[in-house]
Amino acid sequence: MTVARVSPREGDPPITAELVEDHGLSPSEYERILRILGREPTYTELGVFSAMWSEHCGYKNSKRLLGLLPTVAPWVIQGPGENAGVIDIGDGLALAFKIESHNHPSAVEPYQGAATGVGGILRDVFTMGARPIAILDSLRFGDLDSGRVRYLFSGVVKGVGDYGNCVGVPNIGGEIFFDRGYEGNPIVNAMCLGLMKAEDLIKGEAEGVGNPLMTVGARTGRDGIHGATFASEELSDDSQARRPQVQVGDPFTEKLLLEASLELIKSGHITGIQDMGAAGITSSASEMAGRSGNGVEIDMELVPVREPGMTPYEILLSESQERMLVVAKSGSESAVREILAKWELKAEEIGRVTDDGLFRVREGDRVVAEIPSLTLTEGCPTYEREGVESEEIRELRCQDLTRFNTADTDPSDVLLKLIASPNIASKRWIYGQYDTTVRTGTAVRPGGDAGVVRLRGTNRAIAATTDCNGRYVYLNPRSGTLAAVAEAARNLVCVGALPTAVTNNLNFGNPLKPHIYYQFREAVLAMAEACKLFETPVTGGNVSFYNETDGVAIYPTPVIGMVGVLEDVDHITRHAFRNAGDTIILLGDNTEELGASEYLYVMEGLVAGEPPTVDLFGERQLQHAVLAMIREGLLQSAHDVSEGGLACALVESALGAGDGAGVEAGESPLGVRVTLQDALPVLPLLFGEAQGRVVVSCDPHQADEVLVIGKRHGVPCRAIGQVVPSDEGFGIDGRATSLEADVELLAELFFGAIPNLMDGAEPS
Amino acid sequence: MRVAIVTFPGSNCDYDLYKCVQLVGGAPEFRWHRDVELGEVDVVMLPGGFSYGDYLRAGAIATMSPIMDAVKDFAKSGGPVLGICNGFQMLCESGLLPGALLRNRSLLFASQDVLLRVEGASSIFTQDYQAGQILRMPIAHAEGNYYADDETLDRLESEGRVLFRYANAAGKTVDSANPNGSARSIAGIVSESGNVMGMMPHPERAVEPILGSVDGLGLFHALLKHFAPLGAL
Repeated sequence: MTVARVSPREGDPPITAELVEDHGLSPSEYERILRILGREPTYTELGVFSAMWSEHCGYKNSKRLLGLLPTVAPWVIQGPGENAGVIDIGDGLALAFKIESHNHPSAVEPYQGAATGVGGILRDVFTMGARPIAILDSLRFGDLDSGRVRYLFSGVVKGVGDYGNCVGVPNIGGEIFFDRGYEGNPIVNAMCLGLMKAEDLIKGEAEGVGNPLMTVGARTGRDGIHGATFASEELSDDSQARRPQVQVGDPFTEKLLLEASLELIKSGHITGIQDMGAAGITSSASEMAGRSGNGVEIDMELVPVREPGMTPYEILLSESQERMLVVAKSGSESAVREILAKWELKAEEIGRVTDDGLFRVREGDRVVAEIPSLTLTEGCPTYEREGVESEEIRELRCQDLTRFNTADTDPSDVLLKLIASPNIASKRWIYGQYDTTVRTGTAVRPGGDAGVVRLRGTNRAIAATTDCNGRYVYLNPRSGTLAAVAEAARNLVCVGALPTAVTNNLNFGNPLKPHIYYQFREAVLAMAEACKLFETPVTGGNVSFYNETDGVAIYPTPVIGMVGVLEDVDHITRHAFRNAGDTIILLGDNTEELGASEYLYVMEGLVAGEPPTVDLFGERQLQHAVLAMIREGLLQSAHDVSEGGLACALVESALGAGDGAGVEAGESPLGVRVTLQDALPVLPLLFGEAQGRVVVSCDPHQADEVLVIGKRHGVPCRAIGQVVPSDEGFGIDGRATSLEADVELLAELFFGAIPNLMDGAEPS
Repeated sequence: MRVAIVTFPGSNCDYDLYKCVQLVGGAPEFRWHRDVELGEVDVVMLPGGFSYGDYLRAGAIATMSPIMDAVKDFAKSGGPVLGICNGFQMLCESGLLPGALLRNRSLLFASQDVLLRVEGASSIFTQDYQAGQILRMPIAHAEGNYYADDETLDRLESEGRVLFRYANAAGKTVDSANPNGSARSIAGIVSESGNVMGMMPHPERAVEPILGSVDGLGLFHALLKHFAPLGAL
């Protein structure tokens, strides 16, 4: 493939070593560009390479390891590499889903950063031909006693809410975690699920030489230029100056774009469609060309812009929101325009598909960039880095925690403190700002173990969750990641769904640092192992490196977004106890594991110890057992034991989600009387976060049947007590201890904790 | 019962209403904001959402849509018009209902189930309910804080035009049960002529057990009965 001689454009800065470095390209990467082009790149071409070879677009430090993840199963229709993964969910229906990060933009401009994160993930899903039916958000912040954290937190929640609410997609769950480890660099990951008929699947490919390329939607402006490169470096004091690189969202245009795109796809007038996400026109055009093996030629003078005087460099790298690139069928241009016009949108022809495999950019008559398409996508250099565990973290992990086994602490006091910790307390303040019921499909709203959406016209439903305890992963990347996958699957099983597939969002620090790459490698290897065992292939996702502020990395946070299928809506199970008199059964073993717990963080200010170990095989047996119990119609409730341990899980089931009109509106909380015979120290017994445990409740007459199913699966299970009316209190008796709490007080603390912390915080 | 559901750019509850009308046995039809005629229909419904992105004020720009002239004519001739959420905001903006919907007292979007006390059970919209009955259904809005001057509020009350109020499980209109700060806990009202109704809560989201409540069904059943007297059903 020969590349034309392209002379610099008037006004372009000369290519110097500093300019190359400013573009985030290493000297050896620049050498590679020289070899590919056989000449010096123009300023425009340098910008194109910089964006496409950024970590964000090119996955250069992650690609090799990601290749180890399982991606294939009979139900996987589309694996990694497209706008979103797609799985077959039966009845001719397919589910498109993906998670994506918007951490850096949210750190400097929380409202727009989060809003555009939601916008981007919605577009990734509807460009597959699927109608978005649910959003989940996975968020991490520092502790809420910091004013700046409250500002970031309230801004992000409002941004996530406003965008999804306006487009009309219900938020069905997610997770949020507060820890000083995220103080300077919050994590904002958004996941979207979309539903389609399997035959409506469309891909982001530039098919058909001669077919016109059209931009659809908003005009291109100067916002977000080099956002992909910004996302690929650490945050520092200078990051505030990056605010202009944060895109601005318009959910109203997005809603129109959503309707228009689905209509376009149905019309048969187009052959490919892709969101202009990170690196805008550059990535969408070159990726579409790369996937089909064709070339593209686009003319910058034909791109509708918001202001005059924009250079090809700016137009190519703008990340203005709510834009799509469409490959129309030759001759269908006016039909495409007509559909767009119905939705008050414009489509402009900006180029065509070519057969020369080149990414060619014109500015009227002159060529300003000409690069082999595949070198931009497949040709991005990939690296394996050196990975060594940090000595400092190893010491934290190896800290001896046995001193807490004899601690003279009143467990009742501990419980009251833990359930008021924002990590355990009700998240109603957050999801109360999200429309959770629009589209009249939400069967389980946020606040439970997983969200559930029924599939209209069938008797089935899909469930989704996001999970990761970054503290565990920080202290032990391997077991922490196993725990994240296991918990996600457990959460799905608790609502009655069979775990089916995964999308992942790998949030890490700077991969060039050996201790960070070590975390990344361990996490990916563990994820591969767990996803294979649970038969939940990874169909796509997102890597977000460089989550560091002034050189300090966040906790490594490989978020697992998992989806599952319920064969029958009658199987939908919730975490809340339902009837006084029901028997409470614990599945799984209590152990002496207090490491990495919320107890240590809240009561001792410690992030230390060995996080709970994960027995993948035992986990799978446990999950099969819970599903069997649910399918037999035996369970009144099922709830995963996680942060805060068994005592907090029991409180959560007793109080319910409170997603209704408040406790006074009828979802009256219940009490519990539980007796534990374990020969364990009090703190690990009540507040340790041993994995592989589920608390279920059932009619006392059916308790034996439940226990039999547990035993048949080889799962330790035993009746530990009874659900009681709330005025009989919340009590746990152990061999050497007893815990007693007033249910009304528990409810007040649990539901009031986050609102009280946010009281007086400025609404953003 | 033939129901015209008007879709504006940004409407997002139009499809939910369509399914709901179908569920109760009505015949829904979509109308586009640019249409100038409603055609032969019995009822007009204005759905929730963010018509025109809520730019200017929620519901304000929708009132200038071509279809709204036909909706106003339909209302003036006595045709039943139901506005839910953004639809209620449009009805107030267009003057078909008195008052206005301000930002929620909390200044935050509010999404939760609320309890409503049925105040007037004699309207064509609420005749299936009993006065004093408690209904549960979701709200999802940022501007649902009903406001009108005292004179207007007094008039609404004396004429029995307040149909729903936010209340607690005991039926008391306590402040803690008022999710948005609405004057006198008002959640839904009807016009002087009795044929135009607006409400902030979403009855169409409370029509199947799997959604958590079926308390919204009564409203649609009432309309259906109004147009298909017993025997014709």
